[in-house]
Amino acid sequence: MHISSIAPEFIWAIWWLPLAAFAVIAPLIRPFPGKAEPASYISIGAIGISFILSCWLLISVWNTDGHQILVNGLNWLDITNGPIFNFGLLLDPLSAVMLVVVTAVSFIVQVYSRAYMHSDPSYRRYFAFISLFTASMLGLIMSTNLLSTFIFWELVGLSSYLLIGFWFHRPSAIAAAKKAFLITRIGDIGFLAALLLLYSKANTLDILALNSSAVTAVLSGGVLTLSALGLFLGAVGKSGQFPLHIWLPDAMEGPTPVSALIHAATMVAAGVFLVGRMYPLFDAAPHALTVVGIVGAFTAVFAGTMGLVMKDIKRVLAYSTISQLGLMFLGLALGGVWVGIFYLFNHAFFKALLFLGAGSINHATGTFDMREMGGLRKKLPCTCACFTLAALSLAGIWPLAGFFSKEEVLTAAWDKQPLLFIFAIITTFLTAFYIFRVVFMVFAGKYRGSQRLHESSKTMLLPMIILAIPALASGWLNANGGFERLFVSEGLATNSFWDGIVGMFTHPLPWISLATAGFGILLAYVMYIKVWVKPDRLKGNLHPIYAILTRKYWMDDLYEKLIAGSLLYRGVFRAAQWFDQVIINGATSGLASITKTVASRTSRTQNGALQLYALVAITGILIIALVVILI
Amino acid sequence: MDIGLTHYLVLSVLLFGVGLYGVLSRRNAVVILMCIELMLNAANLTLVAFSRYIFFYGQAIVIFSLVIAAAEVSVGLATIITFYRQRKNIDIKNINLLKW
Repeated sequence: MHISSIAPEFIWAIWWLPLAAFAVIAPLIRPFPGKAEPASYISIGAIGISFILSCWLLISVWNTDGHQILVNGLNWLDITNGPIFNFGLLLDPLSAVMLVVVTAVSFIVQVYSRAYMHSDPSYRRYFAFISLFTASMLGLIMSTNLLSTFIFWELVGLSSYLLIGFWFHRPSAIAAAKKAFLITRIGDIGFLAALLLLYSKANTLDILALNSSAVTAVLSGGVLTLSALGLFLGAVGKSGQFPLHIWLPDAMEGPTPVSALIHAATMVAAGVFLVGRMYPLFDAAPHALTVVGIVGAFTAVFAGTMGLVMKDIKRVLAYSTISQLGLMFLGLALGGVWVGIFYLFNHAFFKALLFLGAGSINHATGTFDMREMGGLRKKLPCTCACFTLAALSLAGIWPLAGFFSKEEVLTAAWDKQPLLFIFAIITTFLTAFYIFRVVFMVFAGKYRGSQRLHESSKTMLLPMIILAIPALASGWLNANGGFERLFVSEGLATNSFWDGIVGMFTHPLPWISLATAGFGILLAYVMYIKVWVKPDRLKGNLHPIYAILTRKYWMDDLYEKLIAGSLLYRGVFRAAQWFDQVIINGATSGLASITKTVASRTSRTQNGALQLYALVAITGILIIALVVILI
Repeated sequence: MDIGLTHYLVLSVLLFGVGLYGVLSRRNAVVILMCIELMLNAANLTLVAFSRYIFFYGQAIVIFSLVIAAAEVSVGLATIITFYRQRKNIDIKNINLLKW
């Protein structure tokens, strides 16, 4: 079947439709009380059309020679002999795949939100923000210029902030929003510094130009490494990698669909996307790529261990997201763009499904605390099925989506870096264990809470069932090498679909990873269903480790007490306060008091004696006259 | 003796000095007003002398000056009369309300 190539107007529409939805909902629909529903229709309609256009775009990109479509845009700051910042659209497999992921997940999450947010008084605000977020994210993905990427990068940060703090009457939500905003700003400083450095050396911020000049060695080694590291620092902040990961678990204060969309599937993956987007630059700076791999591998294990002990279901999923993002970076560093993006692609679906499942569970039980759940299998059969499927996918069980992407990361690590492979395989084990700890604690056993349980409404279940399809099968897209060929054009043999599904079992690696994941699930089964090993006894025996994990390696304390408290509050801010109070305030009030004293002294000469005034005036004139004559 | 510009100027300086002395030392407000007129006329004398010996237009300025002096005297005298009605004297030492 031949599908004609997509017109530029339609490509633009992918971006401006959600933006228009935001522009309509925010100022136009909000003033009408009692009319909440249209907001969601507009928002969902816009993103639905965007999704269809994105699919069309993906096919067009696939059919285009060189797999690349460039759409010219506005020239910003168009000054004679000045810099040129073209805000156009760059569509290649990377952005096309990301577009499909973002629009698909956003569409599904918004449909789900209609039910989840149904009784919320700020229903319209919610859909306005979600549309704003989607528009910013789509802009971030499509932009040709790192400057506009940065602008959209900040805009998604803003939308994230607004949505984390959506329930702003809760102090914890405000604190979490602030934390997310500030911590990601630290990363963004790196991003901005990299932009400045790149612009000063390469005189352009055009992504294609930068990538090509990185390859053709216009940029020298040191500059390249520094700017790549700067960009990666931005990615670390946005994607919640060590040491800037602390905001992501707290970001779970936002509504659960938001966590699914922004803090699991799309925005946090923007860091992975950025590294993938600038991959030739990273590739030309091997040290930077090594850093990417090491940080990713370390974060994967580091966050995975914290996921083991969390009691809040969303926190487990948050640490899982951080850990999985670490694996994506590892995949990028060792396997190239497509490995990382393939992981991102699959992860977006099953992780979003896990979050939507958590939201459904929350609707039934009224809590996220797993100690007050249990035995939900019978009351929430559909949620249970979807959640378990996504959990299996996350754990990397054949033949679900997660298996195939994890396999690619593991293969890349096995081939290139055995040390990092160990990290990856430990992560596989941790992932399988903590996610099945959740599954068993929530769905198996007896119900420990006190709510009257009920399955969620169809509006919530249907999106979950739809998401379950890619969570099951999105990995199969690469079964005949199709996904890889989008990114890596030449030198790949096409194998049949069936070979792609089962063919890798000739290698020992899939067996190792499956065994590891199976062992993780088994251990969770032994501990939480059979209770042969009592979790509480293990907790007692391994108390120091348990304490470290529940205190999150004291990273929060490090930031709050040491950096924010001691260094900033008692150090820098106090010094600034002293400077302000003593130097600035002292100078102004000193000046004021001097003026006052002088005035009160000299005003005594105004004694009302007219003839004295005249005498002084005359004397003054005489002195002036004398001076004029003598000089 | 031939009378020249210098004589006029010396005379006007003397007149001005007398007037200034009066302004600075006398207590009676009317006398001070008269002394001010004296200084003004010293200046007028200079202008007239210059117009005679150097340049013609000084006379015109003197006419203006006289008009202004007349107006000034009327305002000054009116002020003094009002002051007298309030205080029953016109001693300049008592005119000192406007001070710190």
